[in-house]
Amino acid sequence: MSNVAGAPGSDGTTEPQPAVERRTSETLHFAKRNPKLLIGSGIVLILLLLGLIGPLFVDHGPNVYIGPQSQPPSAEYWLGTTTFGQDIWAQFVYGLRSTFMVGFLGGGIAFVIGTAIGFIAGYKGGIVDEILNMLTNVVLVLPALVVLIVAVAYLDIKGVFVQSLFIGMTSWPWAARAVRSQALSLATRDYVDLARLSGRRTGKIITTEIAPNMSSYLVMSFILLFGGAVLIAAGLDFIGLGPTDGVSLGLMLQNSFTWSALHLGMWWWFIPPGAGITAIVGSMYILNVGLDEIFNPKLREL
Amino acid sequence: MWRYMGRKLGIYAITFVIAVTINWMIPRFMPGDPVRSMLNKASVSDPEAMERMTNYYNEVFGLETPIHQQYFAFWAGLFRGDLGISSMQYPEPVTDIILRAVPFTLGLLLPAIILSWIVGNHFGAFAARNKILDNTVLPVGYILTATPYMWLALLLAWSVGVVGGFLPTSSGYSLALIPAFSWEFIASLITHWFLPFLSMFIVALGGWAIGMRNMIIYELEADYSNYLQALGAPRRLIRRYAFRNAMLPQITGLAVQLGTVIAGALLTEIVFNYPGLGSLILRALNNNDYFVLQGTFLFVIIGVLIANFIIDIIYVLVDPRTRVQMTGGSS
Repeated sequence: MSNVAGAPGSDGTTEPQPAVERRTSETLHFAKRNPKLLIGSGIVLILLLLGLIGPLFVDHGPNVYIGPQSQPPSAEYWLGTTTFGQDIWAQFVYGLRSTFMVGFLGGGIAFVIGTAIGFIAGYKGGIVDEILNMLTNVVLVLPALVVLIVAVAYLDIKGVFVQSLFIGMTSWPWAARAVRSQALSLATRDYVDLARLSGRRTGKIITTEIAPNMSSYLVMSFILLFGGAVLIAAGLDFIGLGPTDGVSLGLMLQNSFTWSALHLGMWWWFIPPGAGITAIVGSMYILNVGLDEIFNPKLREL
Repeated sequence: MWRYMGRKLGIYAITFVIAVTINWMIPRFMPGDPVRSMLNKASVSDPEAMERMTNYYNEVFGLETPIHQQYFAFWAGLFRGDLGISSMQYPEPVTDIILRAVPFTLGLLLPAIILSWIVGNHFGAFAARNKILDNTVLPVGYILTATPYMWLALLLAWSVGVVGGFLPTSSGYSLALIPAFSWEFIASLITHWFLPFLSMFIVALGGWAIGMRNMIIYELEADYSNYLQALGAPRRLIRRYAFRNAMLPQITGLAVQLGTVIAGALLTEIVFNYPGLGSLILRALNNNDYFVLQGTFLFVIIGVLIANFIIDIIYVLVDPRTRVQMTGGSS
């Protein structure tokens, strides 16, 4: 309770430390024994490393015509080549990089907007809540991908950043709703009232009193937003509204489809990018269930 | 209840106004000249037709009149059902082109949504608190929800269609046939419909199964379940009560997931070259036909709003508590 006053006393700092340590070690204890978390984060980390390090070992650009055309996977070209003689392995590792980037940026922007609106609506209540809630409901009803198609179609320059920005601006509503309902129940707790009585500003109360108490919840919403952003970006890329120059897993799918890899039987062209997206998003979701079990004692299987 | 419905209708009306406003704003405030880029791609060789089109689009965008007049003219056109004239199929009104595509999309969407919802819910309810099943249904469900719609469509088209050769993988019906009400044509429609449907059905299934599984676990923890169990009620009975309670959030989930499923339908259609709204959007994008694009946008929005309203009505019919509120309670 000493931290409510905001003045850390000399004996106040020594008291809570062992407790915090015990809590983290307890979380670690359960984390190490949760197969869902271990498998999910393992796959995500491997793919992330592949996307970060892989391009360093590829000595040509992903879109360079280097090799023989339409080759199935071989020792030299691990995932084969396209009809134009591009190395699919190179495209895959570069594509992973931009897919992770869209996930972090798009999911991050959506997370910031969603949590900001959710916290303010849930904490302030009243007329602010009414207005923000209505805004959330309106954006929630609009189908994100269709809005994005119309908006992005008019853009001349399409890059990963612009794409992420637009995705972030359309996919935040459910996160705002979820955060709002959590914040609503936390806003009436005694310690929040106490903080309010002590004259702290709203922003400070939200970041120091309310947010830390739902941190696990926030982490999990970020992961879901990340997965959603990756899937929406892949859809946009597939329609042909992806980055104009560059590679992404969605663009690989689009290219393979436009140049009829399907009918030429070039399965090595369209299977890896889709498998990559599914692996990233799927293991993120499974990791999320693992986290849920760790943070929520009710769900633990002992 | 009327209060509740009125509130909902109000939100939908606001959403519609905002959607129309976005639709009106985007071509006018985005950088670039929509008229020129549309005509550049329209590939009209006849200079006389080109001039007619230029005049027409300049007039439709009404770039000379004040901004608020442009806005009201846009609404007026909307109420007359006038969404402009397509540039890729020049003299044809956008409304006609879209109305031709809508039945295909609906024919794909409605069965896929409804069947995947029903089957997924039963799967999920069955799997909950059943160790072996749960350990398979849960990961499979998450992998399915993580699958991009177009990728599964590509996989199915390739494995069943191209390699297996069992079913056609392109277009909505055999192009050798003339649309008619004959057995041959209907059979052709069904064989062309099956793969896109299956692909959407499978992807959508996972989410419902997971949602239901989580809700059932939650409901089985509730007091009424524990009480029933203490009374010695059979397992099946408790599960049936839990299922009925768990249904309610799943109905709301239907409304939330609608946007994702529609996006999935559009992408699936593109893969199978199915003549619905998805393929229409792709064609409009490739030809820079913004009128078709925006018309499709409005149609999808209207469809989503109607679907949301239907789901609201179903919710009231299914959940007796909302009916109690509408007769007894004031709020």
